[in-house]
Amino acid sequence: MKKTGRALLIAIVLVAAGAPLLAPNPPDRQFTQYLFAPPTHVRLLDGGLTAPYFFPLRIVNRLERRFEEDENRPIPIQWFGNGHLLSVSEGEDAPLLLLGADSYGRDIFSRLLYGARASLGLAALATLAAMIFGAALGGIAGYAGGAIDELFSRLSDFVLVLPATYVVLALRAVMPLVLPAQTVFLLLAGIFALVGWPVVARGVRGIIASEREQEYVAAGRAAGAGPLRLLTKHLLPAAKGYLTTQATLLLPAFILAEATLSYVGLGFPDTVPTWGTMLHDASNVAMLGEAPWMLAPAAAIFLVVLAVNLLVQGSGRSPVQLEP
Amino acid sequence: MARFLLRRLIFAILLIVIVSSGALFLTRLAPGDVTANLGAFAPPEEVARIRARFDLDRSAAAQWGGWALRAIRFDFGDSFLYNRPVGGLIQRAAGNTAVLAVAALSLATLLGIPLGIISGSRRGVAPMLIRGASLVCLSIPPLLTSLLLVFAASRTGWLPAGGMTSVNAVDAGWSSWVLDVVRHLPLPAIALALPIAATFERLQSQSMAETIHQPFVVAALARGVTWRRLVIGHAWRASLRSMCAIYGLAIGALLSGSFVVEYITAWPGLGRLMYEALRARDIYLVAGCSAMGGVFLALGSLVADLLLFAADPRVREGQSA
Repeated sequence: MKKTGRALLIAIVLVAAGAPLLAPNPPDRQFTQYLFAPPTHVRLLDGGLTAPYFFPLRIVNRLERRFEEDENRPIPIQWFGNGHLLSVSEGEDAPLLLLGADSYGRDIFSRLLYGARASLGLAALATLAAMIFGAALGGIAGYAGGAIDELFSRLSDFVLVLPATYVVLALRAVMPLVLPAQTVFLLLAGIFALVGWPVVARGVRGIIASEREQEYVAAGRAAGAGPLRLLTKHLLPAAKGYLTTQATLLLPAFILAEATLSYVGLGFPDTVPTWGTMLHDASNVAMLGEAPWMLAPAAAIFLVVLAVNLLVQGSGRSPVQLEP
Repeated sequence: MARFLLRRLIFAILLIVIVSSGALFLTRLAPGDVTANLGAFAPPEEVARIRARFDLDRSAAAQWGGWALRAIRFDFGDSFLYNRPVGGLIQRAAGNTAVLAVAALSLATLLGIPLGIISGSRRGVAPMLIRGASLVCLSIPPLLTSLLLVFAASRTGWLPAGGMTSVNAVDAGWSSWVLDVVRHLPLPAIALALPIAATFERLQSQSMAETIHQPFVVAALARGVTWRRLVIGHAWRASLRSMCAIYGLAIGALLSGSFVVEYITAWPGLGRLMYEALRARDIYLVAGCSAMGGVFLALGSLVADLLLFAADPRVREGQSA
C-alpha cells in the first residue's frame, strides 16, 4: 500500500516535470474550431503501436456542438516529433486532443500536465515554507524556553484557533484581484504557509522541549557545541518523523486550497493552467453534461490525494481530512 | 467546572474581538473600497455619500472605535450589498450553515462510527472493503464531491442541484417549506460528510484495534463477557476518549469550513456571505461574518471539551479535585 502510494506520487511528479515533452499541444493554444470537442479516439489496434492514427473531428452542428469523425482522412501520430512524445506533423490542421477541449478549444490533456506543475509546485513550495518556518520557530521556542517559548507558543496557538478558510479567503481577497501569475504563485504560497506553520511549530516545540533534557544534548553542550549547532544537527533530526507526517497532511490541503481559490475566482487568472482554473472552467453545470471530460482535473486531484493517503495508511497511521 | 467555562468564555470573546477587528482593518487597508461597486461613472456626490455612510471618510482607528462601540450594543453596522443591518443577515446565514453542519455531522457519525467499530474489531473481507471505501472517500474532497453531485443531480433530476429552497416555495406555508429544505439538504450534506465519515471510520477503527488488545479486554473475555458486549460496552467506551478530540475539530471545520460546498451548491450560508462581502469590500459584513466564524470555532471546541468531560471519568475527577 505504501509502495503503491509512493509509486503513484513519483509518477505524477515525473509527469508534471516532463510536461513540455509529454504534452502534445501548447497549453494556451486555442483551437477555435474545437470548442468543447470530445477526446480524440486514437486507433491503436489496426494501426499498431508503431503507427497509431486518428480521424480528424469535423463540426457538424455548431449549435449543438456535435462533432463527427472524417473517416476519409486518417492522420498519423508521430512519436518524438517536434520535441513532443506524441504529436501530429506540422502541416495537419487537426489537433490531437487526448482528453478533449475546454470552452476556449484548448487541449485539456496538455493543460492538465502543465497545470500539475503549478498546482503541485505551489503546494510543495507552501508546504516547504510552512515546515521551515514552523520547525524554526518551534525549535527555538522548545530550545530556549522561558519568555521566548511563551511568546512563540501563544502566537502559534492564536493562529491555530483562527478559522483557516476565512483567513485564507480574506488575505487573498484584500489583495488586488488581477495579478501576474508569478505574483499569485508567491502570494498564495505565502498565505498558505502563514496559515500552515503553527501546527508544525507546536509539535516540533513539544519534541525539542523533551529532547533537550536528554543526556546527549548535555554531552554536546559540554563538548562545546553552540545552540545553533545543537538545534540543527542534533535536536531537529529527532522531529523528522513528525515533520514527514505533517507534510503529508499539508500537501493535499494546499493543493485543495489552490483549487478552491482558483475555482471561486480568487486564485490564478484563467489564462494560467492550474487544476483550480481548469475546474473553474468546468463550473458551468449545464455544459458539464455535454462535456464531462472537463472534470479531468478533479480526477487528477483525486489521484494525488489518494496517493498521499495510501502512503499514510501504509505507514500505519490513519489518514484524516478535516479542513475542506 | 464553572471556572473552566468562564475561562473559555473570556478566551472566546477575546478571539472574536480580535478576529472581527482584524477583518475590519484588513478590509480597510485593502486597495479599493465598497464604492467600487457603484461603477466608474458614479457621480462624486453619491460616492462621497456612500463613503460617509460606511465611515470610510474617517480614519481607520476612528472607524473601528465607532464600530466597536456600536457592536457592544449588538449593532454591527449596515451591509452595502443587502442594504440592511448586518446582524440579521449573519443570523440567517449562520442558521443555514448550522443546519448544514448538523446534518453533515449526523450523517458522518452514523456512517463512520459503526463502520469503524466493525473494521476495527473484526478480520476478513468486510473490514478491507470498508478501509478501501474510506481511503477513496478521504481522497475526494468536498470541492470535488459537491461538483460531482451537482453534476449528477442536474443529469438525473432526482434532487435539486443547488440552493436551499425552490423559487416558488416562499409563500407555500411552513410545513412545505421544511419539506423543500429537506429535499435540498442531502446534496451539500453528503459532500461535506463523506470525508469526515471516512476520517471517523479510520480513527475509530485504529483506536478500536488498539484497545481490543489491552489486558482489561482479554480479562473481560476470560470472565465470560460476550464478544458483542465486550466490543460495545468495554472496548468502544474506552476508545471514546480519542474520538472526542476529533469531534471538536470536525465541528469547527464544518462550521467555518463549509465555504466551498456552500459556494458550489448555492447554499445561502455564512461562508458564501463572507465571500460575497469580501469581493464587494462590504466592510461591516466582512467583520460580522468573521466574528460569527470565531463564535462557531469556539462553540466547536467547547462541545469537544464537554464531550470529553462526559466520556472520560478521569477528566471529571481532575476538574472537581
